[in-house]
Amino acid sequence: MSIDVDTVAKIARLARLRVPDADRPQLARELSGILTWIEQLNEVDTQGVEPLSSVSDVTLPMREDVVSDGGIAAKVLANAPGGAVYLEPADPNAGGFFTVPKVVE
Amino acid sequence: MADLADLTIADMRTALARGETTAQALAEAFIGRMETHRRLNAFITETPERAVEMARASDARRAKGEAGVLEGVPLAIKDLFCTEGVRTTAGSHILDGFTPAYESTVTANLWKAGAVMLGKTNLDEFAMGSSNMTSYFGGVENPWKRRGDNRKLVPGGSSGGSAAAVAALLAPGATGTDTGGSIRQPASFCGIVGLKPTYGRCSRWGTVAFASSLDQAGPFARTVKDAALLLQAMAGHDPKDSTSAPLPVPDFAAACGGDVRGLKVGIPREYRVEGMSAEIDALWQTGIEMLKAAGAVPIDVSLPHTKHALATYYIIAPAECSSNLARYDGVRFGLRVPGKDLAEMYDNTRAAGFGAEVRRRVLIGTYVLSAGYYDAYYKKAQQVRALIARDFKQAFAQCDVILTPTAPTAAFAAGDKMDDPVTMYLNDVFTVPTSMAGLPGISVPAGLDGDGLPLGLQLIGRAFDEETMLRAASALEQAAAFSARPAGF
Repeated sequence: MSIDVDTVAKIARLARLRVPDADRPQLARELSGILTWIEQLNEVDTQGVEPLSSVSDVTLPMREDVVSDGGIAAKVLANAPGGAVYLEPADPNAGGFFTVPKVVE
Repeated sequence: MADLADLTIADMRTALARGETTAQALAEAFIGRMETHRRLNAFITETPERAVEMARASDARRAKGEAGVLEGVPLAIKDLFCTEGVRTTAGSHILDGFTPAYESTVTANLWKAGAVMLGKTNLDEFAMGSSNMTSYFGGVENPWKRRGDNRKLVPGGSSGGSAAAVAALLAPGATGTDTGGSIRQPASFCGIVGLKPTYGRCSRWGTVAFASSLDQAGPFARTVKDAALLLQAMAGHDPKDSTSAPLPVPDFAAACGGDVRGLKVGIPREYRVEGMSAEIDALWQTGIEMLKAAGAVPIDVSLPHTKHALATYYIIAPAECSSNLARYDGVRFGLRVPGKDLAEMYDNTRAAGFGAEVRRRVLIGTYVLSAGYYDAYYKKAQQVRALIARDFKQAFAQCDVILTPTAPTAAFAAGDKMDDPVTMYLNDVFTVPTSMAGLPGISVPAGLDGDGLPLGLQLIGRAFDEETMLRAASALEQAAAFSARPAGF
């Protein structure tokens, strides 16, 4: 499969990753090269083979449906790149918000 | 006593127990070496103050008779493990300014065992690479050089900083993570031991995720026994990781030095690949002879889907990476590059924050998971993965461990193989199949090539049978008696 510059633009949009126009031809070549290489898998007969998504044999464990964590809003918000807004500045663990650019006009 | 930096972890434990040295003296010795050898760029963040503080606390615990398995042993930590209060970068610009408010389970286990943190080591960005050249913080220099050639060589990757640190005696041991070979390949390039345990042996909680169905933490050390001691402390069931195995942790160190008479060692014929150096092939034969001389029985085995493992990996790993890395959006932590609206902020942040290799893999992953292509790529890869796992199952019906080379070449020069991503991917040809099957693998330094560079051999074990693998690795280590050191360290 060969990927053209429009496809690069489309998957970049899906990945929310801006790719400058100037980078697209080179990326299209690199991605096409990788995809051509991985298409060797078409040689393998996988008729009736169950896909393997995890090598761990264990069934996913269940736990009690109880709150096991919480009350640490200050820690959760500590790395907020846009700064955090706290419900009660005197008690950061009471809760707060991450800030982002305005979404709704 | 010998220079403190020369001691193995096993020796350190003895010296500490006898009161011949202290955790603080050890920490200070390695802090000095970290500073002296900064040009290697092995560390992204040095934590000397924390090291001294932890060492003092360790000495105080010992004085009270409360010594853990790694009491007072200083370690380097790959900068992919979240460490509370110490910035964690994953080798990426996108985690700019991120200081975790929590500790990964693996490092928490190490501190509980008494270990001391020297610093956070350099790595390929998000552990994606085989040379350490994709780190936002610059490449790491391999302490080894070709004889009569002053060119800088790569330490391998992705855990290149950890491997270089242990090889240069900047730490007696280190943590790494291995998704497709990121512990074993750098161990081979740097002439040390690197162990990837069975998937599920070590908790993934608090370790920055790359490909969740493959990622597994493991140790680097200079001897097999030291690696076993480290694994002992790192491993264990963790309810916070649903794929963590609810199994007891065996006494791994006790498995080292055991008898290998009658042990069946599988030699997979498909691992004689095109382009493999004759020296590596010869070393592999020597390894077979060594284990045979120790009483083991080599057996031809077949792993027919080996040649498709890399292609399978380069669908599954990018797919999982594109999903895992969706969280880096500039909202909750790390870098934020403003935009006119929320969507543009995401676009800008991710464009500025991810390097070229990560961007390639996110895009490939997004593509193979996108509507219309999922079955052709991702599902197909999962089916081939099932066949690769089945190959190993069938081989292990005939043998107890498998012996292979670790990597198809010795360390290469910085900048080589950078033009074509696929050429770089071929580095992992011998390590990826094990990862796909979730099996444990260990690289043991076994000899030098004609240029004086170290080469490793890999032993692969059955799932959750690291003990047999360690037994064979320790026999190989004994027979190979690898004692070469990089010049100047």
